[in-house]
Amino acid sequence: MELPRRIYEEMLNHARACAPEESCGLVGGRAGRAERFFPTPNGAEDPLRRYDIPPVDLLRVTREIERGGMELTAIFHSHPATEAYPSATDIRLAYYPEAFYLILSLADPERPVLRAFRIADGRVDEQPIAIC
Amino acid sequence: MAVNVYIPTPFRRHTGGQSRVQVEAVTVGELLRSLAREYPDLAGRILDGQGGVQNYLNVFVNEEEIRSLAGLDTPLKAGDEVSLIPAMAGGGRRTERRAGRPPWLNIM
Ligand SMILES: [Zn+2]
Repeated sequence: MELPRRIYEEMLNHARACAPEESCGLVGGRAGRAERFFPTPNGAEDPLRRYDIPPVDLLRVTREIERGGMELTAIFHSHPATEAYPSATDIRLAYYPEAFYLILSLADPERPVLRAFRIADGRVDEQPIAIC
Repeated sequence: MAVNVYIPTPFRRHTGGQSRVQVEAVTVGELLRSLAREYPDLAGRILDGQGGVQNYLNVFVNEEEIRSLAGLDTPLKAGDEVSLIPAMAGGGRRTERRAGRPPWLNIM
């Protein structure tokens, strides 16, 4: 997927502001190119280990993406202390096979790592990210 | 009475690509069952084996999720918009074992 540097930086700022909790958000775009990042609160009961975008934010952002003529390009969350790879729960709860799942690891605070995946039927396929 | 239904991207391959469909229904339960009949591949994604809403699925009537309304009995009126939005959630890190000796070594 294509990711403008500005959006990458917005994700990084959001993840750092929420650490040590996991952060999350949605990305609207067109044809695999991210156009806008929508950071959301994390409604999980255990936000140190889980993310769960609150229903009210899902509805609000879904409408904003549609109103802007965009598609849901990616679902973002951060791993404050572990690698940028989907956990077993991330895979089990992935209901959007056509979206990219973006995971940002802050395990090494000096060297954040962002990776993109497609997750479908329990299979994980890493996808290239072009930051431009 | 026709109600507008927003179909999320992962369901659209089962609705012929449509992002909105019109359904005649007076309650949310009736609407979901009618959708499941019209688009059989959606049935298991919307309803669980007991006829309830799948756990992971959020069903909104206008701005409100039906779990904060009357669930499947939530009434509908003409012009309402129902939005189906699967959860976006996950989680991770296994609970870490406490460092130190296992308890059975502490007897002495
Ligand atoms: Zn995760």
